[in-house]
Amino acid sequence: MKRAILAALGLATSFAMPAAAEDIKVGLLLPFSGVYAALGNEIEAGFNLALEQFAGETDATFEIIREDTEVKPPVALGKAKKLILQDDVDVIAGIVSSGVLGAVRDMVHDAGVPLIVANAGNDEATGADCSPFITRMSFSNSQVNRPMGSWMHEQGIGKVYTLAPDYAAGRQMIDAFTASFTAAGGEVVGQEFTPFQKTKDFGPYLAQAKASGADAVYVFYAGGEAISFVKQYDSFGLKADLPLYGSGFLTSQLYVNAQGPAAEGVITALHYVPTIDTPANATFTEAFTAANGRVPSEFAVQGYDAARALIEATKTGASDRASLATALREVKFEGPRGTLSIDPATNNVVQPIYVYETVAGENSLTQTVLAQLPAEADPVNGCEMAPVSN
Amino acid sequence: MAHDLGFWTLQALNALQLSMLLFLLSIGLTVIFGLMHFVNLAHGSLYALGAYFAASLAAVGGYWMGFFLAPVAVAGVGILLYSGLIKRMRKSGPMAQVLVTFGLIFVMLDLTRIFWGDLALAIEVPALLEGRLAFLGVEYPTYRLFIIALGLMILAALAFVLGRTQIGAMIRAGVDNDAMAACLGINVERLFFVVFCVGCALAGLAGAVAAPLLSVTPDMGLQILIPTLIVIVIGGLGSLKGAVAGSLIYGVVQTFGAVLAPQLASVLIYALLAVVLVIKPVGLFPAKG
Repeated sequence: MKRAILAALGLATSFAMPAAAEDIKVGLLLPFSGVYAALGNEIEAGFNLALEQFAGETDATFEIIREDTEVKPPVALGKAKKLILQDDVDVIAGIVSSGVLGAVRDMVHDAGVPLIVANAGNDEATGADCSPFITRMSFSNSQVNRPMGSWMHEQGIGKVYTLAPDYAAGRQMIDAFTASFTAAGGEVVGQEFTPFQKTKDFGPYLAQAKASGADAVYVFYAGGEAISFVKQYDSFGLKADLPLYGSGFLTSQLYVNAQGPAAEGVITALHYVPTIDTPANATFTEAFTAANGRVPSEFAVQGYDAARALIEATKTGASDRASLATALREVKFEGPRGTLSIDPATNNVVQPIYVYETVAGENSLTQTVLAQLPAEADPVNGCEMAPVSN
Repeated sequence: MAHDLGFWTLQALNALQLSMLLFLLSIGLTVIFGLMHFVNLAHGSLYALGAYFAASLAAVGGYWMGFFLAPVAVAGVGILLYSGLIKRMRKSGPMAQVLVTFGLIFVMLDLTRIFWGDLALAIEVPALLEGRLAFLGVEYPTYRLFIIALGLMILAALAFVLGRTQIGAMIRAGVDNDAMAACLGINVERLFFVVFCVGCALAGLAGAVAAPLLSVTPDMGLQILIPTLIVIVIGGLGSLKGAVAGSLIYGVVQTFGAVLAPQLASVLIYALLAVVLVIKPVGLFPAKG
């Protein structure tokens, strides 16, 4: 709100000033209520922080219009229409749920409004359903899991049992892992998909994992399910004989402290960990912690880099929908996660993946980075897009 | 799949544990339902509230403080609900009651979000119940055994109160025929109030007990509502026996369904519900014959 007023003030005063700077209207489309409200707030906090830190680098000024998707695709579509037609925004950023992304995809594509995706990881969004107007600064589901397959096999793990919730993201994450793990020579001895958001007791699946004869368990769970899963895994005493690996959302900074000691020793892979040892990350985590009183999660960094990408795009002089869309596709910068660039073939971010272990810190849990796996562009997955043309 | 005996024992314990958790929730709902034909869909929200109270209290005074005080606090909320809303809704028919208590779910959901935030909370298992016990030849988490034991204790206590005491006889009379019970001099309205509070306290207890096992999230009340309703519809409205049978059936079908037919795990219980509704629409052990 304050920012909107400031921006409005800026707009008002600009009438008096010659050579007015470009004012860019940004629609921030995030869930501020519903199951993903915590993620929406985290992304917004990161987004605002980047605007504070980097807005000075560009001549453009930003006016933010925030809208709540409520994690409901029809609601989000209505809000996207309002942003595009009524508010006449130049660019939209946000989107947590892949279902919401699917709902607004055609709207932004047909209207030619650039959309910076700050979370939704559905592979198709930068695959078969890709659009020159949709740039993803977060991750794709297979991107964060694929490198883990070969890495785990290199660590001498031959047999794995996998578990994930039964919905698109769960299947994409596990399929990407399975493909690279078996290609490396590993064997998946058992695979189960649990009813999404209906499974409270993982006991039955854990007993099966134990009986499967696997060397390790690889899972994807997020949010409340991740907390229940990690705690129940520990309570059955499986961690000692059957180490737990997974997609890094399992032990996300956002809720790892709710898991407590149960999360110690869990090894996962993700595109961001708060303990990455680079100056860019140190600056970011310090500023974020000072502003919000908590250590940033991968969601915060996604919001941060989404705003950063927008600022980088405006530095090229882009100021309207078409020029911003083109500029966003060529963005490249050094951020908290390392060097980020956009794959021109799919518009998905290209970034390193970090393998990390959750360990006990001084008074809360922290992470030790075990390996940094090189950045790889996703396969094109049926994306057909005109190359960037200026 | 060749599994040894230990595997099946483990799964049986898993089933029993889930059943007991659901039993704590459904018994309160079913007796309120049976006694006064009052549909309290907000029962799940009271469970969530119990978990939140327990999490806050545990942060101050340890797990046991949450365990003992959360049910009391939830019963307090129950009293507020009763005197503020439910008393007025008593005569307004099931549709209005469903709408009001359904609305309450969302009010409570947002209230928990405002007070406790969107991030999931958690409670640590108390030191006493940490680790695992060797039981029937398998290693089983102590805390889960505690849930089973607690469920059985509550079951025994309720069976005693309902079956062997005067107040139990009054409740049963009220469930059976409330008009006749009132004619015989039983203050059915006050009885309902007491039962309502106890039901709320049990929901709070279920929340406090489930909190260390699961995560404490604002939508946990909504998620548990459907299983609870399935339990009482299968078991039959208003009876202790029905709540026990319904919980056990739900626990066994969910657990063994996940093991034997994982692809059908989420459908099985609904299929069973449909079968029960077709064959015996009043449930397996309804309070009224």
